[in-house]
Amino acid sequence: MTETRKNSILEALKGRLVSAYEFREELTLIVKKEDVRGVLRTLKETFSYDMLTDLCGVDLREPPRFAVVYHLHSMKYGDRIRVKVRVEDGDEVETVSDMWGCADWLEREAYDMFGIRFKGHPDLRRILLTDDFVGYPLRKDFPTEGYDFDRPFEVRLEEEMA
Amino acid sequence: MERTIMTINMGPQHPATHGVLRLILDLEGETIVKATPVIGYLHRGVEKIAESRTYSQALVFTDRLDYTNGLSNNLAYCLAVEKLLGIEVPKRAQYLRVILAELQRIAAHLLWLATHALDVGAMTVLFYAFREREKVLDIIEYITGARLTPSFVRVGGIARDADKTFVEKVRDFVSEFPRRVDEYETLLTENVIWKKRTIGVGRLSAEEAISYGVTGPVLRASGVYYDVRKAYPYSSYEEFDFIVPLGKNGDVYDRYIVRVQELRQSNRIILQAIEGLPSGPYKAKAPSVVPPDKEQVQSDIASLIRHFKLVAEGFRPEKGEVYASVEAPKGELGFYIVSDGSERPYRFRIRTPSFSNLSALPKMVEGQMVADVIATIGSIDIVLGEIDR
Repeated sequence: MTETRKNSILEALKGRLVSAYEFREELTLIVKKEDVRGVLRTLKETFSYDMLTDLCGVDLREPPRFAVVYHLHSMKYGDRIRVKVRVEDGDEVETVSDMWGCADWLEREAYDMFGIRFKGHPDLRRILLTDDFVGYPLRKDFPTEGYDFDRPFEVRLEEEMA
Repeated sequence: MERTIMTINMGPQHPATHGVLRLILDLEGETIVKATPVIGYLHRGVEKIAESRTYSQALVFTDRLDYTNGLSNNLAYCLAVEKLLGIEVPKRAQYLRVILAELQRIAAHLLWLATHALDVGAMTVLFYAFREREKVLDIIEYITGARLTPSFVRVGGIARDADKTFVEKVRDFVSEFPRRVDEYETLLTENVIWKKRTIGVGRLSAEEAISYGVTGPVLRASGVYYDVRKAYPYSSYEEFDFIVPLGKNGDVYDRYIVRVQELRQSNRIILQAIEGLPSGPYKAKAPSVVPPDKEQVQSDIASLIRHFKLVAEGFRPEKGEVYASVEAPKGELGFYIVSDGSERPYRFRIRTPSFSNLSALPKMVEGQMVADVIATIGSIDIVLGEIDR
């Protein structure tokens, strides 16, 4: 990312960022939970970050507990930016699934793994794990071997679950 | 007449879904009204397991994401950890990494070509493509010792240096491979049945592809110029002369054309890398990260201690977070690693190309025939190992 582009991004988002820092030449913006959609929209529309490369959760074990991390890529300028929003357990982040098609599945995965809820998501349910799975495995208090390590695996049919 | 919708289930045990993908198809006659992919049948919790392993131990899980592409997966992970550590890899190791990654791309594309053609009904291609894939895997096995799960690219370099025989083997392969690609093309490129089954099928526009985060040959077949090797050059890719093939229509046929052209370009890259292979060390001079040579370990007590400490404790990168990606055969494979300063990755996030590419499948198949779903799934080149992780 060129210095001028970086400065114009920081200028345009002045007052809307909690903080911004660079590590290993990667720019990270930390935004407020209420404003995440607005910031992402500005980045998409004004600075042509048209591709959502990745969206994932991180459990940081300190309040606010989670971070949702967005990696954006600009086809036109050929650079990346990282946007981060902190969210407390049980709180909701606004969805971006209407702005990027792939956010639909990525938000479902973040919900599946961390229990982070996305407000306005059309179909927020588990994606990789089974619907009757208990707990959110990528949380740091979830044991790696699971809760039912020494119990045999049970199969339940869909009609039994209804 | 009344409109009737029939719902059918395809997979997860179906030979044309390339693993354990399940699709719920809502049909009106033979036309698809709605397609809903169901994934997760191969979920092993790689991200969770890796968080409880040291950085070196986590490497072996990357082999098993996209199991047709072990070396590129290793490379992506090592690039992320090296970025986190801030270490530079010697030129020779970078060139060898390029050779291995491109050989792996050829192997992965050949596997795709063989199975995709088989799905669509052209059986002969399989025998041709697997003949060359076997040769590539022999070369990979010669240097890494494994055919599918090499774990050969290591943090700071590669596990072993290349010898003369390796260079000769690669040279032999590179000199004959373009002729082999011509052979595949005579079977398919102008084949009337192949064209009828693939042209105009499973179309994805450039805007949709970008919105769905689609990368790799599927994105480029829609005419978008994005290749991680050009956009964010890594491992000396900026020193090689190659072009990024683009398609126009974003259909199954264009994806085929793009991948076949990529086979030729990979061959060009390997040729340049093997001719310009620099001499010098094959791993970085970073004693706190890279274990010493085996001979030293057996003769020198200080090296033995260092080796033991690295294996038992691992290394501790500083606090921070990085994202590094490579152009894997299927698209952009990225690792987002958060370090808390300990010897284990705090967060080990894998951005896999097939996940995003598959999420665009409903867009490609809705309004098409059931038989076209098979051709379209084949053309995206998914591997469920990296979708479900």
